[in-house]
Amino acid sequence: MKSGSDVRRYPGFGLFSILFFVYLYLPISVVIFYSFNANRIVSNWGGFSLHWYTTALSNSALVSAVKTSLLIAVIATTISTIVALMAALVIVRGRDVRFRRISETIVNLPLLLPEIVVAVASLILFSQLGLVNGIMKLAIAHTTFCIPFAFLPIRARLQGMDANLEEAARDLYASAWVAFRRVTLPLILPGVFSGAMLAFVISMDDFITSNLLNSGGATTLPVYIFSLIKQGVSPQLNAISTLIMLASVALATIAFLVQRQK
Amino acid sequence: MTRRVKIPGWNVLGLLPTHVIMLLTLIIPVGIIILVSFSTRGPYGGFEYVFTTAPYKQILFNEGWTGELEFNPQYLIVIARTLLLSAITTVICLLLSFPVAYFISLQKPSLKIALIYLVTLPFWVSMIVRVYSWIIILGKEGVIEKTLRALGLIDSMDSLLFGDTAMLIGLVYSYIPLMILPIFASIEKLDPALVEASHDLYGSRLVTLRRVILPLCQPGMLAGAILVFVPCLGAVLEPTLLGGGKTMMMGNLIQLQFGAARNWPLGAAISLVLMAAVLIFLVARGLRSVRKETRELTL
Repeated sequence: MKSGSDVRRYPGFGLFSILFFVYLYLPISVVIFYSFNANRIVSNWGGFSLHWYTTALSNSALVSAVKTSLLIAVIATTISTIVALMAALVIVRGRDVRFRRISETIVNLPLLLPEIVVAVASLILFSQLGLVNGIMKLAIAHTTFCIPFAFLPIRARLQGMDANLEEAARDLYASAWVAFRRVTLPLILPGVFSGAMLAFVISMDDFITSNLLNSGGATTLPVYIFSLIKQGVSPQLNAISTLIMLASVALATIAFLVQRQK
Repeated sequence: MTRRVKIPGWNVLGLLPTHVIMLLTLIIPVGIIILVSFSTRGPYGGFEYVFTTAPYKQILFNEGWTGELEFNPQYLIVIARTLLLSAITTVICLLLSFPVAYFISLQKPSLKIALIYLVTLPFWVSMIVRVYSWIIILGKEGVIEKTLRALGLIDSMDSLLFGDTAMLIGLVYSYIPLMILPIFASIEKLDPALVEASHDLYGSRLVTLRRVILPLCQPGMLAGAILVFVPCLGAVLEPTLLGGGKTMMMGNLIQLQFGAARNWPLGAAISLVLMAAVLIFLVARGLRSVRKETRELTL
């Protein structure tokens, strides 16, 4: 059938979609473009330069913010992925699980509440406990809101997996642990991986919680960038943003490719 | 079949860590928020457990010197603005998303995957960077002002930054991928034969769109509306960076109370209003579809 006569096509949708993608990518492109600007004033083009990248990479406050963010993200990702995997195995595979629906809602609770409310809850909790270590506070708070993001892809993968494979392993006298390690885990690994990836990105990107709890020497990357934006637009800020985008695109692409694996 | 030895302990053991974490770091603390919202403000920030309903009165009234209450709508305006901006954002996202999602679904599989990847990609890019990019575009001497001047259309203009319009632009830009994905998913489930049948029965393109396609895409649109509306209600970055200090939404108003304003009980009371708004909306629209669509989205 020719596209012109295809009754499912609507005139103008194509052009509209192209304009939409331009809109989606224009702001990001503007940041990248101006990061190569030699001029100190962002919107006055003064020629191509990598100067702001070298300034950014030798900025010790930035490097320490990246280190803080990475440390918190690694802790939060590890714990949230492990506990989410345990919960998903019970919720999807468990027999005679009482309160299955409620258990699932509890795991997904951080998705149902606005993040600022969850952040306020953490702030009050830590102030009551007298906890002052900034890294520890953020690691705990990030673990909590990363759990549903790790949980959902793992659960989806488990639901898509043939339960008979596990049964077969058990019928062949594999212990529960061996069946899990040799059959279930390898099959759901892409789900575990994309869950961990999502948790990692959510933690690295978090601003609301990290900003509200910001004290005790735990300034994360988004909180540091926020303080730079408050000081005003600068070419160095554009260079930092471009580097962050580069890292996110790399992560997103890896996650996307792993998900596509059958 | 081998007889399986049932160990009921495994179920409890597997769920224990997540449930303990949620109980200790979320459920109990949210309970404490309720307590704080009925507490007295501490002298240097924080709070004291002395029962009072003052924080809720403060949302509506100013307290005068002699304790008389004077109606002050400043916080009500913030609450109304939050609801209104979130609703407008949701409607704009709906209008923009449908043609795009429909167009993507008509492409051949490889292109379809590529386009969906392009829709999700900005969502992985740091939220703060995406909001910041609009400061460069809308700000004084920004991209829009420079372009219009270069075209000779204007000599100078007021900054587009800081206000309802800038916030709206930022909100739509931030959350639109969350609308496209569920709509796309529901268009994909649509049987093309239904569209062709409508045409065979002399339904024009417009009638088919209105009577066949749109009704069948309603679940996706509803899910998308929830996925956009709910995070909009709690938005913090967009109002802080694009709204300026004066035009606030509930998210940055709460942040202010726990930060510079040092009025925790009022912040807690507004948090509960926000939470109530979200929960009412979620319960009204049905939790199940949200869960389902969130799953498809993160897949």
